[in-house]
Amino acid sequence: MAAWLVRRIGAALAIVFAVVTLTFFLIQLVPGTPFLPGPEHPMDPEVVERLRVRLGLDQPLPVQYAKWLAAVGQGELGESFSLRRPVAAALAEAIPNTLVLGAAALCIDFVLGLLLGVLQAVRRGRATDIVMGNVALFLYSVPTFWLGLIVLLIFGQWLHWFPVGGLTDAVLYPSLSWGGRIADRLWHLALPALTLGLVGAAGTARYQRAAMLETLHQDFVRTARAKGVGERRVIMRHVLRNALLPIITLFGLALPFLLTGAVLIENIFSWPGMGRLATNAIFQRDYPLVTATAMIAAAMVVAGTLVADVMYHAADPRVRVDAP
Amino acid sequence: MAAATVRWIQHRARQAPRGRRFFRHPLAALALGVLIFFSVIALAAPLVAPYLATHQRDIVLLQNQPPSWLHPLGTDLYSHDVWSRIVYGARVSLAIGALAAVMAVLAGTAVGAVSGYFRRWVDAGLMRLVDVGLALPRILLVLVVVALFGRLSVVGLVLLIGGTGWFATSRLVRAEVLGLRERAFVDAAHALGAGPGRVIARHLLPNVAATVIISTTLGIGHVMLLEAGLSFLGVGVAPPTPSWGNMIADGAPQLVAAPWSALAPGAAIAIVVMALNAVGDALRDALDPRQEIP
Repeated sequence: MAAWLVRRIGAALAIVFAVVTLTFFLIQLVPGTPFLPGPEHPMDPEVVERLRVRLGLDQPLPVQYAKWLAAVGQGELGESFSLRRPVAAALAEAIPNTLVLGAAALCIDFVLGLLLGVLQAVRRGRATDIVMGNVALFLYSVPTFWLGLIVLLIFGQWLHWFPVGGLTDAVLYPSLSWGGRIADRLWHLALPALTLGLVGAAGTARYQRAAMLETLHQDFVRTARAKGVGERRVIMRHVLRNALLPIITLFGLALPFLLTGAVLIENIFSWPGMGRLATNAIFQRDYPLVTATAMIAAAMVVAGTLVADVMYHAADPRVRVDAP
Repeated sequence: MAAATVRWIQHRARQAPRGRRFFRHPLAALALGVLIFFSVIALAAPLVAPYLATHQRDIVLLQNQPPSWLHPLGTDLYSHDVWSRIVYGARVSLAIGALAAVMAVLAGTAVGAVSGYFRRWVDAGLMRLVDVGLALPRILLVLVVVALFGRLSVVGLVLLIGGTGWFATSRLVRAEVLGLRERAFVDAAHALGAGPGRVIARHLLPNVAATVIISTTLGIGHVMLLEAGLSFLGVGVAPPTPSWGNMIADGAPQLVAAPWSALAPGAAIAIVVMALNAVGDALRDALDPRQEIP
């Protein structure tokens, strides 16, 4: 187990390294320089040369690459054009918000998805199964940002049950008590997390239903029933334990889904996270910010997949025996 | 008309066991009808749409008009007829979806087949590449490219989305090829002197066809959602060319005053992707080799 773990972590680090290298080469491929000498911006050739030396653009490529790696390794991710701040500082503020949104969405996703999947499998073929299956199909197919707009329209604008965006109440937050502040944050978190969570739950429910149905046919279930175990106990104790395994894999896939969804949802709900940072930067061609966001996102995805792999390895004894 | 086509297809399909299994799904027929409907209106757009997509009959007075007899789905912010834009937008969105998905699946199948057939270090190398590809969320990769290179043309968009979508398919195909490789017919082909290309092309790929078809169907849905998201953010298809995504972007600020201009394209995307997913599910059951009784 330990040897496998070491190899797995090594592979994860290699992937992150490869992503960083790929980003470097992508940036190199862009024609031109960060500053633009040309007919519209006449620049003294001496100034151009000095700028090139200053930005390190005259160095041979391997040297630039080594400097890039050193900079990224130290957390020095460049300076954002549009925000006029170091990228690392902007990201450090934004990432916790995305993580909070992602965690809340994950909770809703798995709790709801698990319940729905089990319910659908137990009541297979009956009205509950078919109706829920179609609802899940709809949620699974709808564009997340469109669902967000609709949810915002109905619950935020028409019914006024929830706020229409932002992290906290702009005016009242400083004067709220400790408990009031938490409540305010949760109140603002509700709609975006619900939107992301519902779409995720639809996917999870489909997988869980399939996994449950496959497990229900196994011999040990028949044995348990023959022994006289009550139906509820059969489901809860015997079937569910084995059907939970694919969910762990889904957990690993959930992180890329959440990061993708976050990009659009954060835009709609004005949630100040990584996604909104990236999309706001895109129009000013603020590539240091966008590339740094992409690299951090990739690192998060790799970390999430690693955690999911470790959990699966710990949960399923068959993998430990067969794995090379 | 779409209903008649579907009934004809159903009649022909019911004569084979796979066809019967396909239509056992309650939604399969409806989904197929929906897809045919949208494909037809996309292809025959000039005949179906009452106005041109960029036609502005009266710029000032017709902004954000609710649905009426002249404009079945209302008008949008720029006084375009929403229904016409949906029809022309179907062309753009469906074309991008189909082309990018097919491209991605072809690339993924090729990589997966080669990887699964040759194994050893070819496999190891390609799968490391796939791991890197799966690590970066697709939408962020597209955003990075747009941030670096500026806004893309439709062709560039198709190439980029297609070029970033093949990783999952390659994994699936590789898994299948690894299993198929051990079967007797591969040994027989080798014994008869078949080279790797022939074995892959004539023996392995036809058996992988089921996975590939299902991958493509579901892939079109994913690409359409991705393109919609990108156009919504403003980095996809540029207005005034209508695409369902940028129609939602145009309509979003008017959501309170004129919800139809954002609801209609979103509903269109939802319906088409639902249909694609339903057809993919039905295909999965129909083409499942475990249900074939020899």
